[in-house]
Amino acid sequence: MNALELTGVCKSFGRTEVIRGIDLAIPSGERHAIIGPNGAGKSTLFNLISGRFDVSSGTIRLNGQPITNRKPFEINRLGLARSFQITNIFHRLSVFENLRCAVLWSLGHRYAFWKNLNKLKDAEDRAEELLHRVGLRRRRDTLAGLLTYAEQRALEIGITIAGGASVILLDEPTAGMSRAESRRAVDMIRDVTQGRTLVMVEHDMGVVFGLADRISVVVYGQLIASGTPAEIRANAAVKEAYLGQHAEAT
Amino acid sequence: MAELRVITFRPLNFGRWVIWGFTALLFALLPAFFSKGFALTLMSQMGIMIVFALSYNMLLGQSGMLSFGHAVYSGLGAFFAMHAMNRIAAGSLDWPISLLPLIAGLAGGFFGVIFGYLTTRKAGTPFAMITLGIGEMVFAASLMFPGFFGGEGGITGNRTAGPPLFGISSLTFGPQLQVYYLIAVWCVACMVAMFALTHTPLGRIANAVRDNPERAEFIGYNTQRVRWLMLILSSFFAGIAGGLTAINFEIVSAENVSAVRSGGVLLAAFIGGASFFFGPILGAIVFVFFSVALSEYTKAWQLYLGVFFVTLVMFAPGGLASLLLMNLRVMKFGKFKRLRDPYVGVLLTALTAALGTVMLIELTYHVTLDTGQGPVTRLFGIPMDTGAPGPWVLAAFVLLCGALAFEYYRRHFAECWSEIQIEIEDWIRDNPT
Repeated sequence: MNALELTGVCKSFGRTEVIRGIDLAIPSGERHAIIGPNGAGKSTLFNLISGRFDVSSGTIRLNGQPITNRKPFEINRLGLARSFQITNIFHRLSVFENLRCAVLWSLGHRYAFWKNLNKLKDAEDRAEELLHRVGLRRRRDTLAGLLTYAEQRALEIGITIAGGASVILLDEPTAGMSRAESRRAVDMIRDVTQGRTLVMVEHDMGVVFGLADRISVVVYGQLIASGTPAEIRANAAVKEAYLGQHAEAT
Repeated sequence: MAELRVITFRPLNFGRWVIWGFTALLFALLPAFFSKGFALTLMSQMGIMIVFALSYNMLLGQSGMLSFGHAVYSGLGAFFAMHAMNRIAAGSLDWPISLLPLIAGLAGGFFGVIFGYLTTRKAGTPFAMITLGIGEMVFAASLMFPGFFGGEGGITGNRTAGPPLFGISSLTFGPQLQVYYLIAVWCVACMVAMFALTHTPLGRIANAVRDNPERAEFIGYNTQRVRWLMLILSSFFAGIAGGLTAINFEIVSAENVSAVRSGGVLLAAFIGGASFFFGPILGAIVFVFFSVALSEYTKAWQLYLGVFFVTLVMFAPGGLASLLLMNLRVMKFGKFKRLRDPYVGVLLTALTAALGTVMLIELTYHVTLDTGQGPVTRLFGIPMDTGAPGPWVLAAFVLLCGALAFEYYRRHFAECWSEIQIEIEDWIRDNPT
């Protein structure tokens, strides 16, 4: 079954068409990268899928269920989680509390105001495990706002995977990182998305070709190619539109 | 970033029970030391304000909602309590006076459900504006429906009309001491309950919504629902404070739902420090001190409160609680000695400036408001002739000297202070727990 299915998705802001009819199917368990030049509409596409923006037309399905224009929290509860291009964490909470908040809904604690948070062993264990997986154990009680940039990015991924969503959207997870940090982040992403569907927007071709099973290329709000890394590398249209100039730059 | 630093230091984690036990003991023993009628009045009002300010901070500090209409919930709670009290007196309601605050709390919570549904659909500035509107609306309505609200005069009641507590004939809540203890019991219970609430899934998610509502949506939470629930619970506790007000004063009027009250509780929470659970407790104590104790001595108390508020926001935006904790942290790291001399300088010059300010304000108030009593007023027991230039020049001179010297010492202090803070931050960064 397809984890994500986009049919004829369009998005306009006023008279500007940003996404112009995208059809895309991503099978469960696949690691899928979306690439394209700046301003191609990659982040907008993520915002449409995750419910941050409403689509102008078209439909989106998550694990077979329609999620078009549903609220972000509803889409999240149906099993889709995302990270953001600009770090989006809870700055005034500790790293541990960030992760514990992120697991509460999926563990069924919801809006409970009659349960003692410190006695919820399941939430604590899950948050500790996440701390370990994203490599922030030593920073457990540090305020998230005081972490280094790379650490905040790791925390962001931790928050994203915390709820056990089956589909994970990562928006430029390694942007702004040093080479060493980026390598560590890729290993971590590979580890934490095991057995899930990963869709990511990424500019670093090393990361894309290292992680992705399949790649889609978006240019001017349209999908111009979709295929395995080898196919994309060989695709003439992609080369012309995007890879050529980018490969020179890197 | 200054705010971020503060919260990393939490000395209150040890022995929570010890702290609550001590608080309860303090409430129980206070009347032994302050038994005068006025002290009891003061402490009773402080107890009520503590509940009110803490309930307000569930919105401001914990959920990031700046409300300008919180008195709506305490005030409506107070009206319902007063009507219930009168029913009890008339014999048509069988309910103990001691549990009236519960009725008030439920009434407050009920209006929280209704008004909160409207206000909490939005966050930030729109939320603040809608609360302001609802506050004005309820205030206007309170004058439009004299049947329920009693019009200008409000409605009165008799707290001794109910059956005595535990069947003991002397426990009628006639004496202020008994009312004080009733307030103390409710106050401690509410403090514990509101503190416990900060350690629940909802309480923590409210913090998350405060920090980053968008992120909270993407981890599965409906932020409107979170805000709504927090507002309902907050108005429940505000209602309890209102019920205690009704018992304490035996009168409730439109003033109880007014913007003045809403502004007061905002001031109290902010003075104490909204980033900390116990901040509003300090703020409530200081606020009541200004509005009740200081108003006994001077008509200018509101002006002093305003000056105090502005000064605090300018020099210690985290409020008294943050001030206290920052200094405790400096002490813990054994660096307070270096601050001692700068502190002496800052405090002495601040006092001088304050003295000049007080003289000017009092002289001005005397001239504008008390002209009927002649030109001579007594300041700190010294007669001063407001008609002569002498006192004015002296006041201005003291203020000017104090302010200039204060600014000089403040810069020195600020240097020392930030140096020490940076040292502490570095140490914490190098030694993660």
